[in-house]
Amino acid sequence: MSLKALDYDSLNENVKNCQYAVRGELYLRASELQKEGKKIIFTNVGNPHALGQKPLTFPRQVVALCQAPFLLDDPNVGMIFPADAIARAKHYLSLTSGGLGAYSDSRGLPGVRKEVAEFIERRDGYPSDPELIFLTDGASKGVMQILNCVIRGQKDGILVPVPQYPLYSATISLLGGTLVPYYLEESENWGLDVNNLRQSVAQARSQGITVRAMVIINPGNPTGQCLSEANLREILRFCCNERLVLLGDEVYQQNIYQDERPFISSKKVLMDMGAPISKEVQLISFHTVSKGYWGECGQRGGYFEMTNIPPRTVEEIYKVASIALSPNVSAQIFMGLMVSPPKPGDISYDQFVRESKGILESLRRRARMMTDGFNSCKNVVCNFTEGAMYSFPQIKLPPKAIQAAKQAGKVPDVFYCLKLLEATGISTVPGSGFGQKEGVFHLRTTILPAEEEMPEIMDSFKKFNDEFMSQYGVGYSRM
Amino acid sequence: MRRFLIGQARKGLVDHTTRRQHHQTRSFLSLLPPSFSTNSPRAAPLVSLSRFMSSTSDMAASSDSTSSLPVTLDSINPKVLKCEYAVRGEIVNIAQKLQEDLKSNKDAYPFDEIIYCNIGNPQSLGQLPIRFFREVLALCDHSSLLDETETHGLFSTDSIDRAWKILDQIPGRATGAYSHSQGIKGLRDTIAAGIEARDGFPADPNDIFLTDGASPAVHMMMQLVLSSEKDGILCPIPQYPLYSASITLHGGSLVPYYLDEATGWGLEISDLKKQLEEARSKGITVRALVVINPGNPTGQVLAEENQRDIVNFCKQEGLVLLADEVYQENLYVPDKKFHSFKKFARSLGYGEKDMSLVSFQSVSKGYYGECGKRGGYMEVTGFTPDVREQIYKMASVNLCSNISGQILASLVMSPPKPGDDSYDSYMVERDGILSSMAKRAKTLEEALNNLEGVTCNRAEGAMYLFPRISLPQKAIEAAEAEKTAPDAFYCKRLLNATGVVVVPGSGFGQVPGTWHFRCTILPQEDKIPAIVDRLTAFHKSFMDEFRD
Repeated sequence: MSLKALDYDSLNENVKNCQYAVRGELYLRASELQKEGKKIIFTNVGNPHALGQKPLTFPRQVVALCQAPFLLDDPNVGMIFPADAIARAKHYLSLTSGGLGAYSDSRGLPGVRKEVAEFIERRDGYPSDPELIFLTDGASKGVMQILNCVIRGQKDGILVPVPQYPLYSATISLLGGTLVPYYLEESENWGLDVNNLRQSVAQARSQGITVRAMVIINPGNPTGQCLSEANLREILRFCCNERLVLLGDEVYQQNIYQDERPFISSKKVLMDMGAPISKEVQLISFHTVSKGYWGECGQRGGYFEMTNIPPRTVEEIYKVASIALSPNVSAQIFMGLMVSPPKPGDISYDQFVRESKGILESLRRRARMMTDGFNSCKNVVCNFTEGAMYSFPQIKLPPKAIQAAKQAGKVPDVFYCLKLLEATGISTVPGSGFGQKEGVFHLRTTILPAEEEMPEIMDSFKKFNDEFMSQYGVGYSRM
Repeated sequence: MRRFLIGQARKGLVDHTTRRQHHQTRSFLSLLPPSFSTNSPRAAPLVSLSRFMSSTSDMAASSDSTSSLPVTLDSINPKVLKCEYAVRGEIVNIAQKLQEDLKSNKDAYPFDEIIYCNIGNPQSLGQLPIRFFREVLALCDHSSLLDETETHGLFSTDSIDRAWKILDQIPGRATGAYSHSQGIKGLRDTIAAGIEARDGFPADPNDIFLTDGASPAVHMMMQLVLSSEKDGILCPIPQYPLYSASITLHGGSLVPYYLDEATGWGLEISDLKKQLEEARSKGITVRALVVINPGNPTGQVLAEENQRDIVNFCKQEGLVLLADEVYQENLYVPDKKFHSFKKFARSLGYGEKDMSLVSFQSVSKGYYGECGKRGGYMEVTGFTPDVREQIYKMASVNLCSNISGQILASLVMSPPKPGDDSYDSYMVERDGILSSMAKRAKTLEEALNNLEGVTCNRAEGAMYLFPRISLPQKAIEAAEAEKTAPDAFYCKRLLNATGVVVVPGSGFGQVPGTWHFRCTILPQEDKIPAIVDRLTAFHKSFMDEFRD
């Protein structure tokens, strides 16, 4: 008998322990149902184009020209491409050494990193150094690179908001570190209370954990809140006092749906605070082409910017990046385009503005429709989506439903979401995939279904929910 | 102490401390790259020799540690410090600086350009992309072109047909959406059909995981099988440093087996066995065997008999066979053909239940050389469903690989066929690239073999030559005085004299006391004579300076 090469028992425990709910049981069941011919509304992943959002025209024109540079020599190219797209394609090709088919510098094309630095400078009003900006295959890859650098073993802890985007929990467990949770206050519109943070750190330390870093997601995923400037100051001061690196997940910075709390970057707040703190807090900020009104998830483009990371450590991060050779070059160009979109006077400017405004304004209306829809349902309460792409309603499950879930061998919110999926085709992610306080249940949906379908989706949700609540016994909640 | 390696390797382990003490035992240095070091993790920050540091900057090694910042060299993951990746190492950094300086200081150098022969990056050296592939990609990226009548004047008919076919395989035709974490199903169908046509054995689209180049796929497998330094991976020496770096990053042990230079970098099963047993006697559980075929950096193509033996060996010993087959289209000699390991496994009658086999393929190599696209896949066979689920989960944490790379991976596995509009021009492009590579390989190989004290096996495949240089004692001493490995010393001299960038053999591992470098065959043909001339002149003057 031959030896077993690789059985489940012998796998890396960290891999086995890792959980990733966004593509977990619910998603798999939804895919099955879809194969069986049922209409599924995928609201489990922030994947706008999958739900019908059209790509912005200008960047696609530029990248198509970069893919097919021979078109630039064709006298007829102007018949199907506007002059500014042609000029821009030539510009980006000149920044590469060998077009889209050559590995770039492992940190990304220097010319694109310069455009990113200029964008950050315009946004924050403080200088940004292209040498401290690394382009990545999506923000997730960047987060993994940084956490890989920080986590030495189980004794290293990373402060992560709960509810959180499961990339963090999954990566921390893959890397064998420890997730140290801090809770966002649902009743305070998912605000971040620094006292909670202190408690979390103290508790982790009492268990022998060295807390190394803190993650903030602003605007929040799955919670949709925007952090205020005052709150960000507190966080930075906290990181300074506790000697934590701050990882600022700012991938939703374009997705803001109210006017009271605009996006403000951690870097700007840090710089505003001035020395000594502006020189002492280590900050890594992440951004992507997958979100915003771009929604170019399939490109896998992103960057991170490092602040106050010593040069020798930057070199180590560069070394690890170099093992992956380079991020994909077309996504680097998307990133360049995102940080330097068409300007007033450019041929494509009007169309670009029309398209991007159209998307953002519609998202804003959808955020409102969804929050209102959820709040009109029995036993459901939902904070308004101030930013990002998600609605995260709390579902007050009656005891009988919890009982039924137990009997079915399911976590209660998974039970609810599966029923929802079977009844309506709406594919959501149970709150337990993001973390939530004990005995409290949520689900996450994106606000991305097409606007015209939204009323119908919310109606079918309401119908399902209200029937569910009646079936499991109560018209009121004692929770 | 980290428990690493075994046998002849053990006495050859590089310890940076000894390195800094002027290599008390000279032969230590050449065997393995510094990533194999036995430094204890705790000591790592101080003794790590990052390839980004010049050897003179050691004194500054702890400069970060004086700071009160939370993340410094002293407090980052020691595995990160320890791993090395020579292909983009110190010499490349020097080259980049030279290139910058050349712009303003043209007269200061005996050459007018830097020629990068350090990395298999063909399009950066002027190789053109295959037009059909790029037409399809452009149409998929900007699909509204498909509605314009003018498009027919600018694009081939079959590229338009193919773009439609691919878009129809993508849910909602949304090339801007995350796909299934294994990759778009329709594209995996196409790839499976391509594998089937290549091997003559069935391939299952559900076995295919599309990845951002082959490297992330290798990382995934390493992460899956390596739990601690007690888990070992058999790797060829010389090897492509992705493997050593990935094993180091994931905390496992690299168990080396030696390719035999004298027999054209042949792989001896007896050596494999010996190394395996020795590792086992040290308490290491060897989980997998890496084979790179065609070889990198060594350029050999394995004999069919040899491949069968390797398959049998893995089956008998219960090892996962990790088959790096990214150079499957790069063959330059009439007496060798590429055969996949899966084909041999199946032809020996081994099915899903008998052995675990992973084959890696990439869009970066072959005649297409589309490195910047980051497309690739692994075909994973012979794993139980529960293991497969774990692989899927790892893939899902990264959501999916880039769509344009996925599309390209399907295209390279199903290029135009006879009768298609693009077929003739495609064949001209493809054969032109491959025959030119063969010619360049031959010219460079002959030139290298003409140099004093240099011997070079032929490049049967892949993209590299890996000549052996017998360095005079005086050169070795001069290298020691500079605290540099002798082959790195040679390569730096070569760079400074000629602008040609190559990678020292010590970045790949080599038998102790032997010195090599890796040089790609990728500079365009018109540059080759100048490279040969410069290399020849340099080598002569180097030997004149150091000849014993």
